[in-house]
Amino acid sequence: MNEPIKVGISDYKMSRSPDTLVTYALGSCVGVSLYDPTTGIGGLSHIMLPTCSLRTDGCVDDRMKYADTAIEDLVRDMVAAGADRMGIRAKIAGGANMFGVAFDSLMGSIGARNIEAVRRELARLGIPVDGEDVGADYGRTVFFSLGDGSVRVQTAGRQANVL
Amino acid sequence: MIRSYEELDERQLDMLREIGNIGAGNAATSLSVLLDEGVHISIPRVRIEDYGGVVGAIGDPESLSVGILIHFEGEVKGMVLFLIAFEDAKEIAHILVGRREDDEPVGLSEMKLSMIKEIGNILTSAYLGSIGMLTDLRFEISVPYAAIDMTGALLAAPMVEFSVDDAHILFIEESFRTETRSLRSHVILFSDIASINVMMERLGF
Repeated sequence: MNEPIKVGISDYKMSRSPDTLVTYALGSCVGVSLYDPTTGIGGLSHIMLPTCSLRTDGCVDDRMKYADTAIEDLVRDMVAAGADRMGIRAKIAGGANMFGVAFDSLMGSIGARNIEAVRRELARLGIPVDGEDVGADYGRTVFFSLGDGSVRVQTAGRQANVL
Repeated sequence: MIRSYEELDERQLDMLREIGNIGAGNAATSLSVLLDEGVHISIPRVRIEDYGGVVGAIGDPESLSVGILIHFEGEVKGMVLFLIAFEDAKEIAHILVGRREDDEPVGLSEMKLSMIKEIGNILTSAYLGSIGMLTDLRFEISVPYAAIDMTGALLAAPMVEFSVDDAHILFIEESFRTETRSLRSHVILFSDIASINVMMERLGF
């Protein structure tokens, strides 16, 4: 098996079966796995913030950072690579509140807001969500296997969870 | 006045290093009183990195650390994160209160966690207190927040706070060591451009 392809923070990567994509140590960030089972084309996006409207200078740069720009762009790239637009499905992981900070601060609420924004964006694009491992207060590493579309969520000291 | 981190010149970077040095020096003194042993600090590094670079500068994103985070807000704002490798934090707790067999494999007993949290609080307060003294700036300091988890996930918390408009993060980082034990730890100051400008102005830069 090939080495997993690493997806950085505020980044996405796309590949096809039988490759594996990985993103390490998601905290409040959300990992969005998109998969087209027919072609085995899939992409993993490491989203940091809910919306690019937070920016003061429009949504031109850093589009991979925000839920409302990254997912749309990744879908477009997958379709350009040959994926069936209507066949794309999603699994999501992350969105924790790492320090258990009060919810009324940006830091305390950012994980929950990221999850909401990702769900909203997937609904807007008509992409069904097949699995979620989100929230709580711990970090997650995501392995996304493009052979079968499975998503393995690893944490420090907990049983791995396969979506 | 700078508008982006790239505009910082060598003299200004030196000033930021000095801020880090004074903060960490005070924190190291507090730590050495607690451990009853000399604690040395590394030369402060002022770094401007993209997100991956921040994590890469600190170490393996999946390694287990204890993180203590405080934020400050007032005339300047920012966050200070104290990170220590979990095994080393556990060792310090054992030294201070004795070893117990019933500690959870990943977690720490409540008492030890609150002790580590208190150590982090003392260090981060010492760090910020000296910056306040140096700059004569006023700011409120939050209660400390603690977590034990993957280093990368802990680091992301302060990064998110300063990531809205910029793809780069400015941070001032030092590590600690003692003569006799492993103390894989970092104290990292995160702040924004507006606050950096205020600090520089106050110090005559």
